[in-house]
Amino acid sequence: MSVATDVLPATVARPRAAERPRLRLAVSYGLLIAYVLFLLVPIYWLVNMSFKTNTEILSSVSLWPATFTLANYGKIFGDSTWYMGYVHSLIYVAMNTLISVTVALPAAYAFSRYSFLGDKHLFFWLLTNRMAPAAVFALPFFQLYSSVGLFDTHIAVALAHCLFNVPLAVWILEGFMRGVPREIDETAYIDGYSFGRFFVRIFMPLIASGIGVAAFFCFMFSWVDLLISRTLTSVNVKTIGVAMTRTSSATGLDYGTLAAAGVLTIIPGALVIWFVRNYIAKGFALGRV
Amino acid sequence: MDKPVNQRAWFLVLPVFLLVAFSAILPLMTVVNYAFNDTFGSNAFFWVGLEWFEEVLTSERVHEALLRQLLFSAIILAIEIPLGIAVALTLPKRGIGASVCLVILALPLLIPWNVVGTIWQVFARVDIGLLGAFLSQIGVDFNIGQDSIDAWVVLIVMDVWHWTSLVTLLAYAGLQAIPEAYYQAGRIDQASRWAVFRYIELPKMKGVLLIAILLRFMDSFVIYTEPFVVTGGGPGSATTFLSIDLVKMAIGQFDLGPAAAFSIMYFFVILLICWVFYTVMTNLDRQDLPE
Repeated sequence: MSVATDVLPATVARPRAAERPRLRLAVSYGLLIAYVLFLLVPIYWLVNMSFKTNTEILSSVSLWPATFTLANYGKIFGDSTWYMGYVHSLIYVAMNTLISVTVALPAAYAFSRYSFLGDKHLFFWLLTNRMAPAAVFALPFFQLYSSVGLFDTHIAVALAHCLFNVPLAVWILEGFMRGVPREIDETAYIDGYSFGRFFVRIFMPLIASGIGVAAFFCFMFSWVDLLISRTLTSVNVKTIGVAMTRTSSATGLDYGTLAAAGVLTIIPGALVIWFVRNYIAKGFALGRV
Repeated sequence: MDKPVNQRAWFLVLPVFLLVAFSAILPLMTVVNYAFNDTFGSNAFFWVGLEWFEEVLTSERVHEALLRQLLFSAIILAIEIPLGIAVALTLPKRGIGASVCLVILALPLLIPWNVVGTIWQVFARVDIGLLGAFLSQIGVDFNIGQDSIDAWVVLIVMDVWHWTSLVTLLAYAGLQAIPEAYYQAGRIDQASRWAVFRYIELPKMKGVLLIAILLRFMDSFVIYTEPFVVTGGGPGSATTFLSIDLVKMAIGQFDLGPAAAFSIMYFFVILLICWVFYTVMTNLDRQDLPE
């Protein structure tokens, strides 16, 4: 009897309860769509501008180009200072990624497997470098790399970016390595593997996704920073950041070319992001999600 | 923590130590050198002790920049954290839709920071930008070059656009880690949507949200490139945040002494926040271990 009275209110309430999830779903999709639009509209505006002529950009505000032109892109691909800007940037980004991941791999292994004198302090010190304000370092970097004769080279930018990318790579890789059971190491050593062979043949394949994610994040943070790369380069290595400042001249800003250059900087990130989409959060959380 | 003690592990860490020390300690020593000396060029230095520190600590201008910085960080945290969680709750849990959403969300995070600045600088212009043109069309007197409120609004919206996805991605990762059984238990108890959020999802997301808050606070605290491109710190000095003020001081006016003292104090604040971050991280690691 008492069971029946308990059940009754729930069954009576059911029709109304069925309405509410549908409403909730609509609200939730509405919010998601609104947010995605909010993300895409400014990017769309840049893309839109990159296909317009400068006269059209300055004379009217229109949602799509009236006279569709590829001239802005033609300018970039036809001028070596422009397209070499991308090449120079990609060179130092690649160097930085390679250096960061290579030195971070053994270090992350050490942090994840052993305790040693000062390990916690060292790990904390690495973190502080990831967080250091770039503005503090811009001027001292200029002096340091000038005095060792590396100013205006790719390696100077690559080394400078190591300041925040090496710590990031160590943290991310350590996060992935702690997920690998220690028994695997021990079994391999018992089987007579040397450390080097074990590490390359067995351990690295096990954390392949971690290496990919660490490399992606080094690539990304080296790519998005143009403050330090601009400070450390001038004539021989004109990075894309330097090239973009050339769009302002005595006759005013060349908006079309600036927009096209901006669109081209978005593309490398957009191309690789698909492969790491499930690990992005882990990377941003320094391997700790 | 039952990791075996092995001092030879230092050899594995040594390359990282040397590489980061080269890029971190040497530049920092230059800064320290400038902070305690005065120079008239040609490498002649005069010891001035704590004079520069006093100057910076009592400087009205630095106080204002610090206040602006704290206000900016507080506002963007107050917007980005709730919005990020809300968007994470609406994301599809699996399937191609989830993948596409993740990629679109991550897109702003991968754009070079000065391009982010350029996008919003153009977007907010009254004559050629969609946002500016739309606002002036509906009769809002909008000008980020002259009105400091307008400049602030644009910078905040820009930061929300740029970084809310980070909060969303972290919150989403936290949500994904909740076992289905928890939700079933909630359904059996006929928990309301709010109760599910408050008593199941929020506690499970606590760790990642802490990371998100600290990361966003830290990164907004050292923000430089984006506001520099959009407003250049203006109008006047309305959007001159700490990093912008520092660079103005060091490169614009070439006041290296005060700028160096400023840098060192700035760095100590960062160090303090880092320590909180580190403590949170290591606590999270310890919680993970028994499972």
